[in-house]
Amino acid sequence: MKAWIPLLLRFCLLVLLIAFLTNPLWFEPLLKPLTQNGAPAIYNQGSLLSLALLHLRTVAIATVAAMVVAVALAILVTRPVGAEFLPLSRSLVNIGQTFPPVAVLALAVPAVGFGEKPTLIALFLYGLLPIFENTLTGLTTTPANIVEAARGAGMTGWQRLLKVELPLSVPVMLAGIRLSVVISLATATIGSTVAAKTLGEVIIAGLQSNNLAFVLQGGLIVAALAVLIYDALSALERMAARRMGQVAQAA
Amino acid sequence: MIEIEHVTKRYGETTVVDDVSMVIEPRTVTVIVGTSGSGKTTLLRMINRLVEPTSGTIKLDGTDNRSVPGHELRRSIGYAIQGNGLFPHRTVAQNIATVPALLGWDTGRINGRVDELLSLLQLDPAAFGPRYPHELSGGQQQRVGVARALAAEPNVLLMDEPFGALDPIIRTKAQEDLLAIQKRFGTTIILVTHDMEEAVHLGDRIAVMDAGRLIQYATPAEILARPANDFVETLIGASDRPFKLLSLGTVGAAVEPGQALGEGIRAEASQRDALAELLWSGRAAMPVTAKDGSALGRVTVEGLLKRAARPQ
Repeated sequence: MKAWIPLLLRFCLLVLLIAFLTNPLWFEPLLKPLTQNGAPAIYNQGSLLSLALLHLRTVAIATVAAMVVAVALAILVTRPVGAEFLPLSRSLVNIGQTFPPVAVLALAVPAVGFGEKPTLIALFLYGLLPIFENTLTGLTTTPANIVEAARGAGMTGWQRLLKVELPLSVPVMLAGIRLSVVISLATATIGSTVAAKTLGEVIIAGLQSNNLAFVLQGGLIVAALAVLIYDALSALERMAARRMGQVAQAA
Repeated sequence: MIEIEHVTKRYGETTVVDDVSMVIEPRTVTVIVGTSGSGKTTLLRMINRLVEPTSGTIKLDGTDNRSVPGHELRRSIGYAIQGNGLFPHRTVAQNIATVPALLGWDTGRINGRVDELLSLLQLDPAAFGPRYPHELSGGQQQRVGVARALAAEPNVLLMDEPFGALDPIIRTKAQEDLLAIQKRFGTTIILVTHDMEEAVHLGDRIAVMDAGRLIQYATPAEILARPANDFVETLIGASDRPFKLLSLGTVGAAVEPGQALGEGIRAEASQRDALAELLWSGRAAMPVTAKDGSALGRVTVEGLLKRAARPQ
């Protein structure tokens, strides 16, 4: 009985989100009280739907790039040839995480110009750490007797990696990707300060014109996207973990 | 035939295996017994080169095992370990198919072999093939582990405490199954254990190891009758010796002419079981029957007790 309640809530949220993005004017009466001096209650300098899609695209590109680099790096440093690069790689991705995205934007704009590119760079650097660390954890904690069995069966190093170590690391890797995606979804909004087309545009427009309705709708759309994507990825993780007979880790 | 010649393994200053030489005859079961840290597992793992010896050579049917790359050597040798080491993300059928797939067998041949092995180990291929290892009981997982090790029809099967994680009842069954499989395929089995009881039961020959050295390498009867030193004697357990000795022979070998009353015993049961049955039922003798039910004679407590005495 209780199992379907969270599912139903998420479904309602999804329906609301789609309705808001496709027909924002339906919600005008709700947001009107938040505006002053007859300012518009719904963002009117572009379509919310296309902004949301561009926002998602930016996050997707940055995450895929971070994934490729972080996973490749984690594989490299767990092989015997790359073991000595482990401390160096750790420092690099840690710097990526500690360097504020705003500072990355400020530094990237003179190099690559305004628009989507500096945002992609910032999100990419910011997203590396969780994926790298989790992939590393997954690859280094494969149960010893399973790796031993794979060696005993006559698998080469690459076969062990592709057929045993990586598949067994998938649930932990997915957890890293999930963290990275959620961080990027929120961080992408500041990309609009350097003219990237994201939902941050709505928030910034609201801040500039002192329009609380704009700030709220921009923030709520990002939040709803983050919650839904987080849950979807968690479900995927549990599925992968259950197939392997592992108990899903608490999110 | 496996010839181990002056094999030594050192890790830094520590000598784990110290100048071991032994010859393992084909189509036999050899059990390596020792306490933990005796080097028995390291010795086993040097046969399929999961560990490279510091010095010495190991020859399989006359060929040095270093003449082919390690991973190719391991595909030709079965390997089963404690806790089975099944791949949790692959089905039972995929687990068993591991080595044949690495060897590039075609799908039809692989499926045929998987079904054959599952049936042989009393697991219904249709029911168990598509399942994942975690859906199986410990005993079933262990059988799948053995099936995986045997999948590519290896001549040699290495087993590292394969029954260590099983409860006593399933363990006995698994040991019987292993002996049946060994008879059927004629596989040369080398098995590592710390359990002397298991060694006496399974081994055609037993190798006792202590602190990296091979202390004694002989038949179970020889080891029981003439332990090489105090360590081997302790390992056997002095109070159990006569019973272990009896467990080596079948009732058929102890049959005496004559008749006895009451429930009989089969000729292929062990003498130890016969003695236990006699003592428990308070009789001095019991009839012995052949497989087809015909009477062969009787077995007596007196006769069995003579056989339990130390061989001269």
